[in-house]
Amino acid sequence: MSALRRLGPTLLAPVLAVVAAIIISGLVMAALQVNPFDVYAVMVDFGDTPAQQMTAIVVILNRAVPLFLAGLAVAVAFRMGLFNIGVEGQYRLATIMAAAIGAAVALPGPLHVLLIVVVAMAVAAIWAGIVAVLKVTRGVSEVISSIMLNFIALGIASYLLTGPFRGSPEGASIISTAEIAESGWMPSLNWVFDALGLANPPRQLSGFLLVAIVVGIVISVLLDRTRFGFDLKATGLSPSAARASGVDSRGMVIKTMLISGAVAGLIGMPDLLGSTHSYTTDFTAGLGFLGIAVALLGRNNPVGIAFAALLFAFLDRALVPLQIADYPASVVTIIQGTIVLAVVISNEVARRIALRSAERGMAQNGPPPAVGDGGSGPAQPAGAGRATGAGQHTDERQEAGA
Amino acid sequence: MKAAALLLAGSMALAACASDEDSGGSANGGGGDSGGDLRIGLAFDTGGRGDRSFNDSAVAGLEAAVEEHGGEFRDLSPSADGSNRVDLLTQLADEGYNPVIAVGFAYGEVIGDVVEQYPDTTFAIIDSSAEEVGADNLTGLLFAEHEGSFLAGVAAALKSETGHVGFVGGVETPLIQKFEAGYVAGAQAVNPDIVVDTQYISPAGDFSGFNDPARGQIVAQGMYDAGADIVYHAAGGSGVGVFQAAAASGGRAIGVDSDQYQTVDDPALQAVIMTSMLKRVDNAVEAFIGEFVDGNVSGGTDEVYDLSSEGVGLATSGGFIDDIQGEIDDYRQQIIDGEIEVATTP
Repeated sequence: MSALRRLGPTLLAPVLAVVAAIIISGLVMAALQVNPFDVYAVMVDFGDTPAQQMTAIVVILNRAVPLFLAGLAVAVAFRMGLFNIGVEGQYRLATIMAAAIGAAVALPGPLHVLLIVVVAMAVAAIWAGIVAVLKVTRGVSEVISSIMLNFIALGIASYLLTGPFRGSPEGASIISTAEIAESGWMPSLNWVFDALGLANPPRQLSGFLLVAIVVGIVISVLLDRTRFGFDLKATGLSPSAARASGVDSRGMVIKTMLISGAVAGLIGMPDLLGSTHSYTTDFTAGLGFLGIAVALLGRNNPVGIAFAALLFAFLDRALVPLQIADYPASVVTIIQGTIVLAVVISNEVARRIALRSAERGMAQNGPPPAVGDGGSGPAQPAGAGRATGAGQHTDERQEAGA
Repeated sequence: MKAAALLLAGSMALAACASDEDSGGSANGGGGDSGGDLRIGLAFDTGGRGDRSFNDSAVAGLEAAVEEHGGEFRDLSPSADGSNRVDLLTQLADEGYNPVIAVGFAYGEVIGDVVEQYPDTTFAIIDSSAEEVGADNLTGLLFAEHEGSFLAGVAAALKSETGHVGFVGGVETPLIQKFEAGYVAGAQAVNPDIVVDTQYISPAGDFSGFNDPARGQIVAQGMYDAGADIVYHAAGGSGVGVFQAAAASGGRAIGVDSDQYQTVDDPALQAVIMTSMLKRVDNAVEAFIGEFVDGNVSGGTDEVYDLSSEGVGLATSGGFIDDIQGEIDDYRQQIIDGEIEVATTP
């Protein structure tokens, strides 16, 4: 029950948003004379043969891993009310530095990978740290400074790639850093398919999936089970109250941005260690910005972010089969856009509902009502969410008061 | 709850209406009359279909080929960040499309693994070398952009009244640097003292420069303000901004890839497009499919389309360069004969 009470409010807004997005995009499709049910059927069709189905799952998981890490990086800062828009620049700069250093050294297997990952985390953390230092010393808004640092980071990455770190031959159409030696590659997880007796797809399942899961658990514990996580959340809810109760808010800003940056540094690692083995002009861009949407949808909760990342990855995978089936691939873009819009709105709606029933619950000086009335939302989860939302809220107040 | 139910019901009702009509959408290509079993797959570069330039040129080639040989084709566009390029190729191969053509050098990085995975499918890649991949089922379709750009530089220098011309590149990649190198060399061949401004919209690794007309306009405007009267762009979708800057400052511009005089769709901008450096992706695609149908794709090699095979050249639409055509042809012949060797890097 307590798990449900915790999950309730986390679930309400995103589920509402996804349902709204599906309905709205269905309406758009219907208006365009496309049958939305056929489109949704194509999206969930993973192929006929087991190998194709497993390939689809691998594609989704491989896409979800960097999205999850990006969402996590944004969420850590967001928990404290810091809007780290600089994740994009942080991971791009981190990836090229890690790629260059990884290519320059020769170490035995696991150490080599570890060094690359640590370099990436350190570079991104330092880059995010600049934002924090500017904020605590000069009061510069982190939104402004992190956006600006994105441009600088991309500029530096581009300079390094075309200048000192250039490893590709003159005249090659794609500029890249030198390739990392095989000891610095991360093995794929395809043995899992054999172990489970499933068809082994030709696509490699990123070994970084395990790392992402571990990072997710660590961040989850850090945020929800430690003093640090409590301070962070308290500072986010009310900086002045937190300061009054002895939280060093400046230190918190710096620590939070360093952690957020360190996680951001991991975003490029699945590709770098698993498939490209070098940083190229073509390295996947934009993950930092997608991370903001993923974190929003996941309500800054690691489990929620995991689901959000999987959902976005699932939608992205549908781009190709939709085109094959002669449906407009922009459906995916519409759904993703509507989700983001809807999640912002439904977050607010959920917050108000929670607040209202909490107030009512306190007025009655008893447990919150089990079922609210009115409002909108899908039948079961919404009802449950609303009631437990109130519970969560009063819990928070008690915690804060304690 | 009521609202949600209403929405759901509404969407179902609308959906039911919609499904009365055949929702097959635009059947791309559509089977030719001969009904041959030629099924061609095409994976676009970022920007996808409708860019009025590079990608559309490839489609024009496909349409011509389907017209001639029958069959059908399917074209797929990558996601905005291009992260699903492998999926496009594998999906096309899985669906039995053969040959599969990848448009753009960005596929060069991933196509090696794909051709290995589908040894029975014939692949071609535009703007990337197949020789470095070394697979029998992959052909590279390359263009001598520097040669065509040389002629663009010649035309610009001959037509410039201020002795000052400009070049706007989309993204500072080796491919676009080929355009710059040829253009500068051509301009200097006519007038050794000419001033050539060159600028790129975005640095390597940031592909926004190919699709940012606003920044294209700012960069070109700066050149016109500094005294340039003709600006050549190799900036994909950003090129429209260059044309707008030309129209605003009474200058002229040179288009790229397609005959942009024909494709720009705006009389005010049409008037400033002096010529375009044609990159005949359509010819290359059509020729490749012809070879495939005849069964003589050599594979593992590159086919280079240059001035001699009319793979690159200058457009004459609008008649702005008719008076200098003789001089342009002289240079063209000299390049074909090997008397002038155009560098590929600036």
